[in-house]
Amino acid sequence: MTRPATSQRMSGGAAGDRAALAWLLLGCAGFVLLPWYKVEGGFFSFDWFSRPAEAAPAMLLSGQRPWLLPLALPLLLAGWRLWQGRLRGLGVAGGLGLAWLVAEGFSIIHSGWGFSWLAALAGTPGPTQPGLGWGAVAYAAAMLMLVALDMAARGWCKGDRFVVGALLLVIASLILFVAYPLFSILASAVKDNDGNVVPGLFAEKLFSANIWSLGCLRGAGSCGVAWNTVAVAVLVGVLCTVLGLALALIALRTRLRAKWLLRSLSILPIITPPFVIGLALILLFGRAGIVTTFLSAHLGIPRSRWIYGMAGITMAQVLAFTPIAFLVLVGVLQGVSPSMEEASQTLRASRWRTFRTVTWPLIRPGLASAFLISFIESMADFANPLVLGGNFNVLSTDIFFAVVGAAHDQGRAAVLAIVLLAFTIAAFLAQRRWVGGRSYVTVSGKGDGGVPAPLPGPLRFGCYAAALPWLLLTVVVYAIILSGGFVEQIGRDNTPTLHYFLTAFSVEKGVDGWFLSGSAWPSLLMTIGLALVAMPFTAALGILTAWLLERQYFAGRTLFEFLAMMSFAIPGTVVGISYILAFNVPPVQLTGTGLIIVISFVFRNMPVAIRAGVANLNQIDRSLDEASLTLGARSLATLRRVLLPILKPAVVTAMIYSFVRAVTAVSAVIFLATGRFNLATVYIVGRADVGEYGIAIVYAAVLIVVMMVILVGIQLLIGERRLGRRRAGAEAAVAQL
Amino acid sequence: MNAMAATADTERAQRPAVRFEAVTKRYGAVVAVDAVSFDIAPASLVTLLGPSGCGKTTTLRLIAGLEQASQGRILIDGKDVTLLSAAERDVSMVFQSYALFPHMNVMENVSYGLRAMGLGKAEAAERAAEKLSLVGLSGYERRQPSELSGGQQQRVAVARAIVLEPKVLLFDEPLSNLDAKLRRRVREEIRDLQQELKLTVVYVTHDQEEALAVSDRIVVMNAARIAQDGTPRQLYNEPRSSFIADFMGDANVLAVTVESCEDGQAAVKLGPARLAVADRGVGPGPAVLAVRPHAVRIAEGAGRKDVLSGRVLKSSYLGDHMEYRIALADPAAELFASSPDVVRPVAEGAMVSVTFEPAALILMADG
Repeated sequence: MTRPATSQRMSGGAAGDRAALAWLLLGCAGFVLLPWYKVEGGFFSFDWFSRPAEAAPAMLLSGQRPWLLPLALPLLLAGWRLWQGRLRGLGVAGGLGLAWLVAEGFSIIHSGWGFSWLAALAGTPGPTQPGLGWGAVAYAAAMLMLVALDMAARGWCKGDRFVVGALLLVIASLILFVAYPLFSILASAVKDNDGNVVPGLFAEKLFSANIWSLGCLRGAGSCGVAWNTVAVAVLVGVLCTVLGLALALIALRTRLRAKWLLRSLSILPIITPPFVIGLALILLFGRAGIVTTFLSAHLGIPRSRWIYGMAGITMAQVLAFTPIAFLVLVGVLQGVSPSMEEASQTLRASRWRTFRTVTWPLIRPGLASAFLISFIESMADFANPLVLGGNFNVLSTDIFFAVVGAAHDQGRAAVLAIVLLAFTIAAFLAQRRWVGGRSYVTVSGKGDGGVPAPLPGPLRFGCYAAALPWLLLTVVVYAIILSGGFVEQIGRDNTPTLHYFLTAFSVEKGVDGWFLSGSAWPSLLMTIGLALVAMPFTAALGILTAWLLERQYFAGRTLFEFLAMMSFAIPGTVVGISYILAFNVPPVQLTGTGLIIVISFVFRNMPVAIRAGVANLNQIDRSLDEASLTLGARSLATLRRVLLPILKPAVVTAMIYSFVRAVTAVSAVIFLATGRFNLATVYIVGRADVGEYGIAIVYAAVLIVVMMVILVGIQLLIGERRLGRRRAGAEAAVAQL
Repeated sequence: MNAMAATADTERAQRPAVRFEAVTKRYGAVVAVDAVSFDIAPASLVTLLGPSGCGKTTTLRLIAGLEQASQGRILIDGKDVTLLSAAERDVSMVFQSYALFPHMNVMENVSYGLRAMGLGKAEAAERAAEKLSLVGLSGYERRQPSELSGGQQQRVAVARAIVLEPKVLLFDEPLSNLDAKLRRRVREEIRDLQQELKLTVVYVTHDQEEALAVSDRIVVMNAARIAQDGTPRQLYNEPRSSFIADFMGDANVLAVTVESCEDGQAAVKLGPARLAVADRGVGPGPAVLAVRPHAVRIAEGAGRKDVLSGRVLKSSYLGDHMEYRIALADPAAELFASSPDVVRPVAEGAMVSVTFEPAALILMADG
């Protein structure tokens, strides 16, 4: 029998040459055709066609800028190897290209020599060059892929070039957009404002009394900002854990069994922009707040500013982060098999004894986990301290004011960022190493028979006593947010009005037809637009990373996983300052563009997509991939035709969450937003900052409602698709809804 | 057929379909496959047999390209594939879990490999339908895998693997998810299919009976190495070690002393008894004797001085035969025996005299 199959199946070499040729051509295009440097007005406006001098490719520039010429060498080398029909040696070419690109890019910047020792060596201010453009991006991508082809030909990752390529791409982007900005912080911290390396100054800044003073304990002045932050974070961590546990016990272990509680608590923290709670607290307890006014009018308690400071921040954060602790602890409590508690009871232990000796030890690691996660959230929180801080400084707001304030001390901002990062990373490491996933709780797919033991009486009352005030306050807060923008001045003048809503969201008919005249439209549309652009990239990069982590084995996998997940623990403020420090100057100059906001969305939210991907991939039998591979489908085809169709729910989840988180984020993008690229959250914070609470609140309410509609809408959509798929799964899908 | 074609055919027949040259697979410090070499002849069914963790599945996955060798060379049909990925090797595999794609129907599953290499939909469907009828599943094209029984799923997996007409077809414990009755039938079907299509098949199992029933050749592995390699008969009748003797059908392994050898017969001392056994190249000195359970004869009551004696510890009735566990007095050892006599069983606790059927005794040098 003739075998047309064989010739195609064994022809990996020829196909590889085609791929190599394509990458080489891309590299040549980047060098010969595309604008090498950043063009004004953005590449995709294509108005640079009319300004060829500015948009010249590297080859034409190499006359005036001879250091670009060596970049042609790797292209020639790779072309020669391909002409010989060899893949080996491409790696050397690609590596040389990348190395030279990095070297010349950092050595020659907009202001001359990039390193002071180079200036000293040359004795001249040196040549200059602007930030890299898309030509350089194409060139770098091509060089990276040539390295990947060579490595695959040498048998890396089982000789699978797609895997090697994807791995190198993810690693390169993590290095460029996570590691390099962090490194820039370090580099900036050891320099003075003129760019000279001064280690002494660094030490002085790092150990300054501003940060570490314990004066308040001795009654002499205020405490350092680091201690302020830690004190709030510990307090918030403890309170959130206690409240989260109380709520979780109520939700799962009392006759209340409130499903609505579970569901609304799992959605609220995701869709609520973080500072909104702080705003509502001001409207309640500020000097002119509803409660304050009531108390002063009826009980004669004088108005004060107590809410601005540690008390207010703690209160806002406890309201905001208890749901997160609650979700962690619900997972832990559900994992405690009822049969263990039943076993204890059949051994004649009382309810109280069962709880104390069986349930409690089983959930203890979960409590530590909930504490550490709340601790990290509190440390990273930027918006509530910004709104409520008053004279009480925490690290995240101090970083912001060091950059935007009158001082404009980037070195100080960098030092503060390092301190903040050290705390959150330490908590993140503790969470992973010490408790992460290694609790005693066993989660098997099978349902476990038995009924969870009801809570002993006193404990039940304790739970209610702790949780009810919190619930009440939460309800009041959300009521204020949703209604506050529709009255003249909440608390003082409760006349209903659409004034604020119309200022922000009016639509008018002008000469050219309808247009959006409200002041909030530009930022709202820009936010949704940028979040939509970031959404597919976040999901794709996250799922790809999850697939590499779950399905491939390679040297340094643990380190790779750590880098990928670490962005969880990097506070948004640190990301913001690091992006400003890294991307404000060549070679990679991105500040002031929409691209940098999209990139910050992608890398801030990627861990969520990774988690969704890993959780789903875990449930897909590995032999499915292997079957597809042995049937001649390469890893890319396997990913596309076998895994992605099965992973669809994970992809959708990753997309929604990355979208919603992008829309509600504030801490990182407040550094990056500009007049042209203004964002909803930044706009709201700005309104609140100048005291226009009406517009801020009405905008926040609209944002929450829009997010809620999107979340519920997509949940319904996925649910229906599942119904169509198979009848047996219908009830399960309905039950999930 | 002319002479040249015949020569070419002979050459092809002599060229091994799979060749391992000192292949080693390491996971960190653990060696899963240790310098293993073998050849697999075309159009034969070879079984990799061994206890769990012996490296047999890793060996299979090395052939498939799902694992990469740490050292050594792998050739398929004379071509070095050591560095090629699974997708580039001309090999298909039937998985233990069948690994049918849950989001595709039977036709989409079977034509998947053809479509992956760029065949048109119509031609792929035609070739897939041909193979589906070969495994007796015509008419099931539109079913989802979840709507099929375990046996049918297994056949879909086989059809999906043979539709590419691979140089080598791999089976990873294909019967382990079927019930005992179905197993016997399916293994016969696999064997028939292999002989009908002249396929080269490598088959992994831990069940020695299954291996004996289907194989042209068996490669027994133990602790990451090949323990013995031969036809089913060679392995059962001429095991080279007590491990093989015990693994290929049960065996009682007893320490004995060879007193003398003459004309291929060895005089063996076992406790008070003297036995004459084929020496199989074993010289005088300490040796081991493998005794199949069915070769043990027991009679109630103590026998003569030069006959082994013992006590029945446990007597079990298994319908068509009896099984006994016996404690020998000299040498102190436990013996496992089976007897077809279910009408007059020997009671537990009874003293018995023990003799062996000489033809079923295997003398070996190792300990």
